[in-house]
Amino acid sequence: METMAEGDSIGATRAARGVVSASGVTRRFGEGDTAVDALRGVTLDVPRGQFTAVMGPSGSGKSTLMHILAGLDRPTAGEVSIDGIDITRMGDQELTLLRRNHIGFIFQFFNLLPMLTAAENITLPLDLAGTKPDKAWVEEIVAKVGLGDRRAHRPSELSGGQQQRVAIARALISKPTVLFADEPTGNLDSTTGEEILHLLRDSVDTYGQTTLMVTHEPRAAAMADRILFLADGLIVRDAGKSTASEVLAAMNELRR
Amino acid sequence: MIGVSLKGLAGRKLRATLTALAIVLGVAMISGTYVLTDTIEKAFDSLFVEAYAGTDAVVTGKGAFETDFGLPPPFDEGVLADVKALPDVEAAVGGISDFAQLTDKQGDLISTQGAPALAFGIDTSEERFNALKLTAGAWPSGPGEVVIDAGTADQEGYGVGDTIGVAAEGPIREFTISGIAKFGSVDSIGSATFAVFDIPTAQTLFDKPGQLDGIQAAAKEGVAPQQLVDEIQPILPVGTEVQTADQEAKDATKDVADFTKFIRYFLLAFGGIALFVGAFVIFNTLSITVAQRVREFATLRTIGASRRQVLGSVILEALVIGLVASVVGLFAGLGLAKGLNSVLVSFGLDLPTAGIVFAGRTVAVSVVAGVVITLVAGILPAVRATRVPPIAAVREGATLPRSRFSRFSPYIAAITTVLGLALLLYGMFADDIGIGQRLGGIGAGCLILFVGVAGFSARLVRPLASVLGWPAVRVGGAAGRLARENSMRNPHRTAATAAALMIGLALITFVAVLAQGLRDSVGDAIDRQVNADYVVVSDDNFTPFEPASDAALAAVPGTEVVGIRGDRGRANGTEENVTGIDPAAIASVYDFDWVEGSDESLASLADGGAIVEQSFADDEALSVGSPLRVETPNGTQLSVEVKGVYKAPPFWEMLGNVSISREAFDASFQDPKNLYTFISVTGGATAGGERALEAALVDFPGVKLDTKSGFSKSQQDSIGPLLNLLYVLLALSVIVSLFGIVNTLVLSVFERTRELGMLRAVGMTRRQVRRMIRHESVITAMIGAVLGMVLGLFLAVLVTQALKDEGVIFSVPVVNLVVFAAIAVLAGMAAAIFPARRAARLNVLEALQYE
Repeated sequence: METMAEGDSIGATRAARGVVSASGVTRRFGEGDTAVDALRGVTLDVPRGQFTAVMGPSGSGKSTLMHILAGLDRPTAGEVSIDGIDITRMGDQELTLLRRNHIGFIFQFFNLLPMLTAAENITLPLDLAGTKPDKAWVEEIVAKVGLGDRRAHRPSELSGGQQQRVAIARALISKPTVLFADEPTGNLDSTTGEEILHLLRDSVDTYGQTTLMVTHEPRAAAMADRILFLADGLIVRDAGKSTASEVLAAMNELRR
Repeated sequence: MIGVSLKGLAGRKLRATLTALAIVLGVAMISGTYVLTDTIEKAFDSLFVEAYAGTDAVVTGKGAFETDFGLPPPFDEGVLADVKALPDVEAAVGGISDFAQLTDKQGDLISTQGAPALAFGIDTSEERFNALKLTAGAWPSGPGEVVIDAGTADQEGYGVGDTIGVAAEGPIREFTISGIAKFGSVDSIGSATFAVFDIPTAQTLFDKPGQLDGIQAAAKEGVAPQQLVDEIQPILPVGTEVQTADQEAKDATKDVADFTKFIRYFLLAFGGIALFVGAFVIFNTLSITVAQRVREFATLRTIGASRRQVLGSVILEALVIGLVASVVGLFAGLGLAKGLNSVLVSFGLDLPTAGIVFAGRTVAVSVVAGVVITLVAGILPAVRATRVPPIAAVREGATLPRSRFSRFSPYIAAITTVLGLALLLYGMFADDIGIGQRLGGIGAGCLILFVGVAGFSARLVRPLASVLGWPAVRVGGAAGRLARENSMRNPHRTAATAAALMIGLALITFVAVLAQGLRDSVGDAIDRQVNADYVVVSDDNFTPFEPASDAALAAVPGTEVVGIRGDRGRANGTEENVTGIDPAAIASVYDFDWVEGSDESLASLADGGAIVEQSFADDEALSVGSPLRVETPNGTQLSVEVKGVYKAPPFWEMLGNVSISREAFDASFQDPKNLYTFISVTGGATAGGERALEAALVDFPGVKLDTKSGFSKSQQDSIGPLLNLLYVLLALSVIVSLFGIVNTLVLSVFERTRELGMLRAVGMTRRQVRRMIRHESVITAMIGAVLGMVLGLFLAVLVTQALKDEGVIFSVPVVNLVVFAAIAVLAGMAAAIFPARRAARLNVLEALQYE
């Protein structure tokens, strides 16, 4: 914890807490000799409307960080809050409500329900919450992700890119406080991946959608407003908007 | 969320169908049982209602006490004239009812398979009293005419004018068929038959000269039946009674209702067992599908589904499966009712039926039972689904988390097992508890024991699979080895699959072992009692027969023929079997195990002596010299003195608890009949001697001659039909458990798609894939079979122990058990056919890319 690197204080010193904030988050897996510290004290703050990318080599703890920020996993120590509410001590029911109202997810493997059509997958979060979908909003989202005529298809009849578009629409439908994207292009070819990234960028620009994306692709990170570099369970660098080659250079530097 | 669940189910049609099948059979059994027994009950109801449709009061003979079998004694026909003379009697007729068997066209007696061969003498002058309807010809008039039932006429090809043999008392007599009749509106009276004569003919035929068995009377306009009864009552002589026709019909219906109720509960029990086995299959299938859908549940959680919603979705799935299966089962029951009826018929229980009855209660009970069982089986898998953490959505290969309680599971299984055992032992050995409590304790104990053992069995899977999988490894090579490993890699799954089969096999083994024990007990009891070369009994092994054949047999040179008379009687006030024995000859054919007295004591039977069995002597505190009061059903009183006490094998005492001399028996019992006739031949049994004896019996249909060992075997075999009935009914549960094996294999193949692709890619042939699946199936089936047989043997030991005082022997039918094991292996192979084909058909490339 005492070996904090250059950008360590940037998020933490901000007085106004962001929409997602973490302080002193550690996460230890296992016990005794075999224990592994995935996070060793992470403090960060994501302001509303920002597109943040979390970069890092595999094993850096970036996925663990996202799981904890999204309330999927609990930190061993430290605090996490979303929209100013501490989520680390929430029970299952509160977390369920948090996910319904504040969080959207996009996964590497899309995670669509195979028996539902694209349209049904998209409105599923609203169905679960028991709220009626706003027709105009559904239409707008479907148009935005460019699904149009494929909405009656099932996931097995859609390409990877189309499936991820459905997933994005599903994440946006409930207007979440923050959208978490876990390697959203990891399972797509580069052209399709590019389209998906543009879609994410577009939703940030159009709706001011706060987005936190975990990726190991410099090209993806270059889409973000801000890039957090993780290594060995610590944020080692907090950069603003960068080009892909700048990101690549930073990554290479980390690997040295 | 409801949509998610229903669409998910629709997307897994095959799996849902296989799951549902597990419940369909059990529900069909329940619905079929109700349909069948309701139909039988309705037929009987209409039989009795129609029998007394035009009658207000019924006069019958009345014995000194009511016996469990046998007819009330006849009374003098003068009573009819007295009844007719009463002011309020509009009309009255007398009737005779007895039993008489008919012959087929070859002259052989038609077997009624235990159902009655009824015979009536009726007065057809008053149509209103006649419940029979002619379908052809005319009512009988005169000594040579008979009317037979339509069923017999159809089956044997008899028509009006044909000649038919009738066996009543004495040898077969020939009659001309004057007409054919049926019983009111009843379609079929099962395998029962009837023969109708005019009254004088019946009186002669059944040796009831100047006597009647019943009088039917109708009241004048405006006179209530009860009023008529009150009027008739005072004029009746001793030995007769009068009831309203309604009461008479109710009494008759009640006996029948008790019987159909017994059949109903008996069959329902097997439906219940099939449902119980089905519950295991459902539980297992849902557990596997939940485990396979971890990613899906986790994704639902990440996008906002609560635990309750996940729970609800699995429960809803179970509900839909249960509901659909129950409705299908309900209607399948209509078909199964026919099947059940033919099973009962082949067992010798051919009961009358009238148009199919499909009661509301049948629908309600079947559907509720099916749905509730499915829901109960679905609860645990549903709870497990709620434990899937949302983070499993982003983890590769996430599995279900272990339950908080899983470390207690061996203890829970142990406690369950002990609880089941305790209930079982209570039911078997506790004194002073009612039959309901006893059966309840045994039944519930068994079920709980099965659950407990199933809980344990996951731990037994590894050792059992490594032993039972040995042949697979030897025969199947690499495929066999993989099969063995596969069966061990998820012990809980294999255990639950095997447990379903275990239940069926445990019950079958139990039945087989107990049956073997009963057979041996019968054989042993006969060996210890009978010391004759030949035994004559009635064709059905138990109906008492006319002793007239004894004289014919005695005419064969070199034979000693000893007829044993038997009937119910009261001894010191308690109803007992009373036998009449020949004091001079009995010791040469029956071995007495004397407690008091000796073979010499038998001589003193001739002058007012009796011998008694030890258990009865103990109950009544009798010993040699004690006075004993014997009363016959027609009220004759006998005072005898105990001359000896002997011990008979408790399982089967061939003599009654009280034996008196044959002369005394014949003098006091009405219409004395033989239970057995024992024959000793000088020089022992020979083929020639047997032919001579058979020839002597040619005029006596309805009895059969056997050597002692043949008699023993035929008595032992008499358990056969019941045993087969039980096997057939239990086979249903085994079939349900086979669906379970198919289910598990299909799900495993589905789950291992990628692995199968890999195996194929590295050179496994389709044949080897099929072999691998087949061996896994056989190993699972054998685990179930071994567990089931051990459990069945254990239960049989317990029951034999409980029945020790009844003289039941424990005996293991090794051949049967080997056959059961072989059937389990074959069943395992059969269950694998479909899953193995699916696995072999997988496209290698697609399977490898399968996610």
